[in-house]
Amino acid sequence: MDFELSELCQQVMTARGAERPLYIRGGGTKMFYGEPGPAGIPGSAVLDMSAYRGVVNYQPSELVMTAKAGTRLDEIEATLDAEGQMLAFEPPRFGPESTIGGVVASGLSGPRRMAAGSLRDFVLGARLLDASGNVLRFGGEVMKNVAGYDISRLLAGSLGVFGALIEVSLKVVPKPEIEATTVLDVSESEALALFSAWRSLPLPITGTCWLREGEGQGRLYARLSGSAPAVQAGLARTGGERIAGDAASLFWNGVRDQTLPFFQQRPLWRIAVPPQAAVLDLGPTLVEWNGGLRWVAGSRAPDAQSGQALRDVAAGAGGHATLYRYDSRPSDVPVFHPLQPALLNINKRLKQELDPVGIFNPGRLFPGL
Amino acid sequence: MTESLMSPATGTAPDFSGLIARIRQSVPEHCILTRMEDTRPYECDGLSLYRALPPLVILPEDEAQVVAVLKACKAFNVPVVPRGAGTGLSGGAMPHAQGVVLGLSKLNRIYKIDPSTATAVVGPGVRNLAISEAAAPYGMYYAPDPSSQIACTIGGNIAENSGGVHCLKYGLTVHNVLRVRAVTIDGEIIELGSEAPDAPGLDLLAAFIGSEGMLGLVTEVVVKLIPKPACARVVMASFASVEAAGHAVANIIAAGIIPAGLEMMDKRAVHMVEPFVNAGYDLQANALLLCESDGTEAEVEHEIARMEAVFRDAGATRLQVSANEQERLAFWAGRKNAFPAAGRISPDYYCMDGTIPRRHLARVLNAIEEMEDEYGLRCANVFHAGDGNLHPLILFDSNQPSEVERAEKFGAAILELCVQVGGTITGEHGVGVEKIDQMCVQFAREELDFFCAFKRAFDPYNLLNPEKVVPTLARCAEYGKMHVHGGELRFPDLPRF
Repeated sequence: MDFELSELCQQVMTARGAERPLYIRGGGTKMFYGEPGPAGIPGSAVLDMSAYRGVVNYQPSELVMTAKAGTRLDEIEATLDAEGQMLAFEPPRFGPESTIGGVVASGLSGPRRMAAGSLRDFVLGARLLDASGNVLRFGGEVMKNVAGYDISRLLAGSLGVFGALIEVSLKVVPKPEIEATTVLDVSESEALALFSAWRSLPLPITGTCWLREGEGQGRLYARLSGSAPAVQAGLARTGGERIAGDAASLFWNGVRDQTLPFFQQRPLWRIAVPPQAAVLDLGPTLVEWNGGLRWVAGSRAPDAQSGQALRDVAAGAGGHATLYRYDSRPSDVPVFHPLQPALLNINKRLKQELDPVGIFNPGRLFPGL
Repeated sequence: MTESLMSPATGTAPDFSGLIARIRQSVPEHCILTRMEDTRPYECDGLSLYRALPPLVILPEDEAQVVAVLKACKAFNVPVVPRGAGTGLSGGAMPHAQGVVLGLSKLNRIYKIDPSTATAVVGPGVRNLAISEAAAPYGMYYAPDPSSQIACTIGGNIAENSGGVHCLKYGLTVHNVLRVRAVTIDGEIIELGSEAPDAPGLDLLAAFIGSEGMLGLVTEVVVKLIPKPACARVVMASFASVEAAGHAVANIIAAGIIPAGLEMMDKRAVHMVEPFVNAGYDLQANALLLCESDGTEAEVEHEIARMEAVFRDAGATRLQVSANEQERLAFWAGRKNAFPAAGRISPDYYCMDGTIPRRHLARVLNAIEEMEDEYGLRCANVFHAGDGNLHPLILFDSNQPSEVERAEKFGAAILELCVQVGGTITGEHGVGVEKIDQMCVQFAREELDFFCAFKRAFDPYNLLNPEKVVPTLARCAEYGKMHVHGGELRFPDLPRF
């Protein structure tokens, strides 16, 4: 075991011995996401993963990359780019310090998610520093692996409540031959109707975003990717006005990294619904993922009543609402949509079984978990 | 062959008459099988090497009955073995000698096929192929296509995280199931996943898929449908060696092509299937690749040309592109009939399921060839080349003394080799009872303990499919003992007593 890793194990065993919480931190760019956890627990410490970095194994022809958790996302993307490959789930980049461990632990995906799959779909394996200070290996570097439970995918989006990711293996994909973006002037409901019509057709659409920019009913950006004939045929079917490659890259980076002006509003709700759900009418909205993701900007700080009302609308449409970014929030408005009691029970029992002393990121996923 | 099985609770015989009386309150008589002539068909799944006669088989007709049976089994502390169509290849549905087989084949209704949302809502007992058939009028289909798709159920596919020949491009079951409704051993109904792109909390759906019936019983499934490609064609390429074919596969991926299907057969497999299906396979080839492209006509034409160029550069000795749909199906017929063809040339065959990083293909196939002499048995290899999943078919005759034992040892040696080169003991068939010993090779004790803790969160009483998938410490120690070669321990990391 190398020096950095044995240091990390020591820190975990110390925390366990003292029964004090450890907050896992990579680049610290996603501190805003999730429950902050109870503040001011005496003796709580930070498990800093950023020094545990480096690509461990990358075989382009195997479509797999394994990297230590503290490896920076931009380093990984540059390494893939040099071989004409990419992370298909386009994780948001909130800053240059962003690490691959944080990317996997938060489970967030970007514009390509509806076409390519979500982050967890690309997790092949993980090494986990668990609550006993052991380093465990789950999954591996192969595409198909059903030996034991699929723990590595469970860790995706778990916000570190079961331990620190030490290493992750991800499936990577070739970059598309060409990409083109077309823009249509349509309202939100017209955009949703187009998504429904496109869904049953073999169109190579790899990103959609509807938003209002200034006056007007709104604009729908659709990105098509693949071989030249496939993209040409797709553009003929979608219609709209094709925009230049540079402008398109700038726009999709703004959506992916959430740097567009829309994302600067507070509070910002992330509402995931079945893509066919009708217009939710909850305020200024940006629609992604062919209708499956609706970003809603609230007009004022949420309170228990308005938060619940919004969550009722999301749940009524078959989805859930996350209070994604906010300036202030009362303690009775949880960040994540409350779970069905039987499911919450299983979430709690898992935490109890896998981190019985409760040292890793307590309260980060749900209060009390 | 199997260990003697005891009730997980106390080792005492469960009160079956009490259990049956309780179940009769909620489940109709014709769904409860107790007589040996009725329960005999359930004594094994697709892996007939492992058998146990179940004392009781229940075939509920709706979710409420599933809940009632699980509550009763919990109350009487009786193990429950879930079962779909029984086509599994790892003994995952092998009965417990003192437990209940709970078959979900009657929950076989297709509730909804919705092209506008590209989803289907079905019961767990619906056959895999039946979903695609129901979606066909809308020009859509369900992508994962395990070779048993005409018979296997979607519930079983969820238990095993089944793949198929198209999963490099279209993914496994875990990538194509949106939501699962399941009943826990406590009789509680849980919804995992969502028709929305994600659900709050831990991603339990991902962990539930592939859990081999050890966490809960599925009662409803929502799957993703995808539009049927307008066109599909397949390139058949011959190579003078498996090394050359292996390089050709790597070059295809390196060229940025993700084929819809990419399969390899070795010479023995080709010679085994050709007389059976007359697909026109090249009998001179030492390795044969089938590489499929799908999409629009123009897209396919473009991609096929790129594939042919890569194969030509990689030294293909013969290239043939399917001229029409009939020829495409003929090319595939050989690969899809490899298992029945093995059954024709050999009284018995044993299908293995390791996955390896593709770059080690030649090394592994050569090592398997050497093992043929060591174990005195022949082996034909078919291979999901795109994703590294090997299916060596060990040919044997169970009527010959010691051949069963040699086949099992041969299989175990192949799986251990897969782990050694950085792969896994099972790509898509599951661990079941079959590969439980090899779990000790792939995982350290702390990892197996983690699996046990994970299961306890769902099933603290260890009643759902007990004694499968995760080996006990004693079992691993015992297995280690059998593998001491020349005084050298095979698994030095394993704690011993």
